[in-house]
Amino acid sequence: MASVSMRPCGDFRTSYKDDSRLFDTALTARIGIGFLLALYLLVGLPLAFPGLADWPVLGWFADSYFLSLGIQICLYGVAAMGLNILVGFTGQISLGHAAFFGVGAFSSAWLNNTWGIPVVLAIPLAGLMAAAVGLLFGAPAARIKGLYLAIATLAAQFIIEDLFVRLDWFTGGSSGAMANAPELFGFAFDTDQTYFLFALTITIVLTVLATNLMRTRDGRALVAVRDHYLSAEVMGINLTRYRVMSFGLAAFYAGIGGALYAHYLMFVSAEAFTILLSIQFLGMIIIGGLGSVKGSILGTIFMVLLPEVMAGGMGMLQATEWGNQPFLVNGLAFLREMAIGAAIILFLIFEPDGLAHRWRQIRAYWSLYPFSH
Amino acid sequence: MSEKQPILDVRDVSLHFGGVRALSNVAFQVNRGELFAIIGPNGAGKTSMMNCISGRYSPTQGRIFFKGQDITGLPANRRTEVGIGRTFQNLALFGHMTVLENIMVGRHHLLRNNFLTGSLYWFTGARDEELAHRRAVEEIIDFLEISPIRKATAGTLSYGLRKRVELARAIALKPDLILLDEPMAGMNQEEKEDMARYIVDLNEEWGMTVIMIEHDMGVVMDISSRVMVLDFGQRIALGLPDEVINDPYVRKAYLGEDDTPDEPLPPPSVPPELAAVAEANAARRAAR
Repeated sequence: MASVSMRPCGDFRTSYKDDSRLFDTALTARIGIGFLLALYLLVGLPLAFPGLADWPVLGWFADSYFLSLGIQICLYGVAAMGLNILVGFTGQISLGHAAFFGVGAFSSAWLNNTWGIPVVLAIPLAGLMAAAVGLLFGAPAARIKGLYLAIATLAAQFIIEDLFVRLDWFTGGSSGAMANAPELFGFAFDTDQTYFLFALTITIVLTVLATNLMRTRDGRALVAVRDHYLSAEVMGINLTRYRVMSFGLAAFYAGIGGALYAHYLMFVSAEAFTILLSIQFLGMIIIGGLGSVKGSILGTIFMVLLPEVMAGGMGMLQATEWGNQPFLVNGLAFLREMAIGAAIILFLIFEPDGLAHRWRQIRAYWSLYPFSH
Repeated sequence: MSEKQPILDVRDVSLHFGGVRALSNVAFQVNRGELFAIIGPNGAGKTSMMNCISGRYSPTQGRIFFKGQDITGLPANRRTEVGIGRTFQNLALFGHMTVLENIMVGRHHLLRNNFLTGSLYWFTGARDEELAHRRAVEEIIDFLEISPIRKATAGTLSYGLRKRVELARAIALKPDLILLDEPMAGMNQEEKEDMARYIVDLNEEWGMTVIMIEHDMGVVMDISSRVMVLDFGQRIALGLPDEVINDPYVRKAYLGEDDTPDEPLPPPSVPPELAAVAEANAARRAAR
């Protein structure tokens, strides 16, 4: 009646269990799981049989440039998902997300270097450490909202950033910290191919966890706090607890993302976690869709690929005679930044619900095809 | 007053905002199983009274007892556990959630899964718990006849339906006492009749004690077991609907002056201390 069903005709639900599935139709389940399996296979095959890397299409999946983009999407995507829990679902704001990302990166490196904890264990522990820091700096959320909270988290960003440089024992100070590649049962994830599969697995697990969270008690409570905090309170929801908790959850995801970042680059330095990255995270979730787990990933894909596509476009433009102008050649870096800004503005105007909404519309179109109206 | 213990006992509650006296020494008791109505002109303090009971405001003076327990200082979010639920005068649904999710939020204090067990959904029993509560919620959906819209986004519904979903959400709390703040405001006659029937069913079949604020006197007279009248934050009458509507001070304060002002008022049938209150209010209204 009031909502468009994506289900094909004749697909009826006869139990509440059926009605609470992750994938709402058999086709989306097949496409979604099939896509991920294909990804594992396409990256895994050239890895297992190096000869296949010379094949036309399979070669792309062994190409370190494409793989590095994929890895970036995974690690930033995880962090963006965390920010979406905080901003999109709970309706709070954080300008300090990059700092939590950094805490995760340094913590994981520190746990592994100093205490000899295996990287695969250090990564979740780093998430927990980031969550602890997030809870600490999220405490003001118990009292303040909106712009005031934005300023408080901005303070968190600068304080933590400063600590990164000062806490020599933890971060290695201005010289940074080394980080080892993760190892599991003697198998090291130290190439782009293996690390991509490693990061992808963690991303999938965290995406599923976030999706589950949002369909159970605490996830609903977070959205309730966002939508109408007064009636949320009357429904028995402890506002303070959930406001602060969402900071903890956001920081946990950021911490995992940061740890993945550290062990990918194998080197962590404080310069990487500036306010600019915080704003980029906000850009990712705005473009992807606030309040959508899937949107966080879509937005990250957009934000990671946009500069690359821009650079590619510029390269083609510069190859032409009339495009080979000094302002284009020298201004590439600025044009990238401008393009990101323009993308955010255009999304806010034309698609405030983000790519996730666009995705739903595309699905609705195809599920009704060819009768789109 | 019956001999059994009242479910709600409001003892001399006053609520002041600076110099504004929203409530002055209001005292009343609600018995288990009653359908208790609070009426009064706009600004009389009805919603303030509700907010004191539901925990939004804490009274400046006085105490509120629920099932014999002093709940005056209990935070609003802990009152669902003792058994108080409410709806709001202005729509207060979670606009971006579906109707089903909105009602499921009402089960919050009954559910035990948390962010950890909820995230691990299949492995921690969170799914079974959610599905069990889904069944309970579906019963409420059936009762209020909102099954066609269970998957609709709450923010897209019409006013009457939203009010109904809000009632569903309050019922999902499984309260012993449900506070309804103008459940029929802005509805047409048909919707009002439906809503009145739901409220009576709620009271009689589901066994919930109801406190209702309502302006529609017809509905109040028809369905409520007792009525309290507030004016300027003071209780000016309390009794059976027929007694209250025939009370000259209530007529004067709430229903408007008589057409024939020359006719002297009959002697007050209310206790003397309440009569003095009503006189004072009448004087204040005249001065206004």
